[in-house]
Amino acid sequence: MSTTSPAAVGRRTAPAAGTAPGTAQGPPRRFALLPTAALLLGAVYCLLPVAWVLVASTKSGSELFSTFTFLPGTGLADNLADLNAYREGIYWRWMANSGLYAGLGAVLSTAVSAVSGYALAVYRFRGREAVFNVLLAGVLMPPVILAVPQYLLMAEADLTDSRLSVLLPLILSPYGVYLGRIYAQAAVPGELVEAARMDGAGEWRIFLRIGVPLMSPGLVTIFLFQFTAIWNNFLLPYIMLSDDGKFPVTVGLFTLLAQGSTTPALYTLVITGALLAIVPLVALFLVIQRFWSLDLLSGAVKS
Amino acid sequence: MTKPSASRGRRVPNGVRRAPYGFLLPAVVLFALFFALPIGYALWLSLHRIDVRGLGLGKGARQEVWAGLSNYTAALTDAELGHGALRVLGYGVIVVPVMLGLALLFALLLDTERVRARSFSRLAIFLPYAIPGVVAALLWGFLYLPDVSPFHYLLDRAGLPQPDLMDGGLLFGSLANIAVWGGTGFNMIVIYTALRSIPAEVYEAARLDGATPVQIALRIKIPMVAPSLVLTFFFSVIATLQVFSEPTTLKPLTNGISTTWSPLMKVYNDAFVAGNVYAASATAVVLALATFALSFALLRFADSRAKNRGTS
Repeated sequence: MSTTSPAAVGRRTAPAAGTAPGTAQGPPRRFALLPTAALLLGAVYCLLPVAWVLVASTKSGSELFSTFTFLPGTGLADNLADLNAYREGIYWRWMANSGLYAGLGAVLSTAVSAVSGYALAVYRFRGREAVFNVLLAGVLMPPVILAVPQYLLMAEADLTDSRLSVLLPLILSPYGVYLGRIYAQAAVPGELVEAARMDGAGEWRIFLRIGVPLMSPGLVTIFLFQFTAIWNNFLLPYIMLSDDGKFPVTVGLFTLLAQGSTTPALYTLVITGALLAIVPLVALFLVIQRFWSLDLLSGAVKS
Repeated sequence: MTKPSASRGRRVPNGVRRAPYGFLLPAVVLFALFFALPIGYALWLSLHRIDVRGLGLGKGARQEVWAGLSNYTAALTDAELGHGALRVLGYGVIVVPVMLGLALLFALLLDTERVRARSFSRLAIFLPYAIPGVVAALLWGFLYLPDVSPFHYLLDRAGLPQPDLMDGGLLFGSLANIAVWGGTGFNMIVIYTALRSIPAEVYEAARLDGATPVQIALRIKIPMVAPSLVLTFFFSVIATLQVFSEPTTLKPLTNGISTTWSPLMKVYNDAFVAGNVYAASATAVVLALATFALSFALLRFADSRAKNRGTS
């Protein structure tokens, strides 16, 4: 919906020499009101649950069910203390586990995506498209369908309920390889690789010294994408892990909520835990967007 | 695309020829171990069953035997699986159009001239992407819970009846809302990126002809970003069919969601609760085939549309 008056657009001709700018075009509008309002409405809708959890985490157990939803309570310090004390601070272990799985997994995943994407972009070899298409088809495999046999295979290897069982299956990311190839195609010129070969540099060295630096903005993107994907993952750890000392925060909160249906006292713990669980990622995106563009996530390449 | 240096008859050195295979080795090994092998194993499992002799005690009393297609016929004739598939289809019919419609609308609004609060709105609408599905379901679940919900509070104050948001038909809307909330931002970014790559000259002629921004959006912008719309549609459909963690998370808060609410929940339940990995594998293979068939159908459809446009 726009508020432009057709008359103002229709007479949009180049101003004759000598006329002051802005005189022949009617009153200049300051900003588009309706589009701005619609966007802000969308922003409010998307921020609503976040605002709610900020408020709700300040309520004590009794306030949660008795006072108006968006009325802050008096229990934030108590809630944090309760969460801290809950089973010797197991919540912080969950957070540390999430950080470990997401951090280490995303580093390994970025490395594999970079080296595979670079190979698929820079070299011409037999079977290149076949390899790319087979890797990409992995996107179509529903994780649950993989999870049952993955669990059984991990059990054969005696790896279930280990940290490795959560880490290993997520290292290869089809979307990461796809992004890696796009960034390498856009950022690594063939002439540069050729010139380095003339100078006698080995292929691995060319990749590390030329490919990786040129691809770095894209690699940051792949890292963020994978970090988010692993941090937000629920299914794989839910299936693989039974020792709650190894849980990531998603599975930990889920088990808390499931117990909460019988003991509502746990609800305040769940809410406070949910707030703390979203802080790191939201902070990461807020901090990083100053020097990194969201558009890169969709495979956009600056030409 | 031949390299000029290679066309002068110089042999490509062995190191260069072998390098890509070495570079791709980690990806190929990981693919074999964590994609190909599990898929093969699932196929194998789906064709077997456990045969229990006597009381099922002692060595050799439980054996894996060839089951032929019996697991598949059981899966395909399972009423609960059919209901689950229908439920997820109904859920998807709400989620995909609403989510992509909103994503397209917001992307077009972001691309409008003289819009204020552009970067703030873009970041705010994208923010749910950074929130785990489990946590999103948990937050919305509390917002749906009658004792806590602001909606119920307001309806109560207004003296209106308060619907149960987590049961019956409304449950679909409530679950769909979580997915729409979580997925709109990412798709908006994909479409907005495509919009920004359209050169400004494309609009110039239309502007001079006095086209309104709405006309430009409908007649020029949307057709120009059609490829990214196809892509987002394709991935949204696949992601929607795989819904698992949101209904699983909401389950403790309501009686409206069964352990077999969606087909994937049934796979989980068969494998890890009922302990029948053979039936679960067969169901999983059926779902994978259905996903593949749907994906190819969508891609073919998009392809033929594109070809028709190209020849007209």
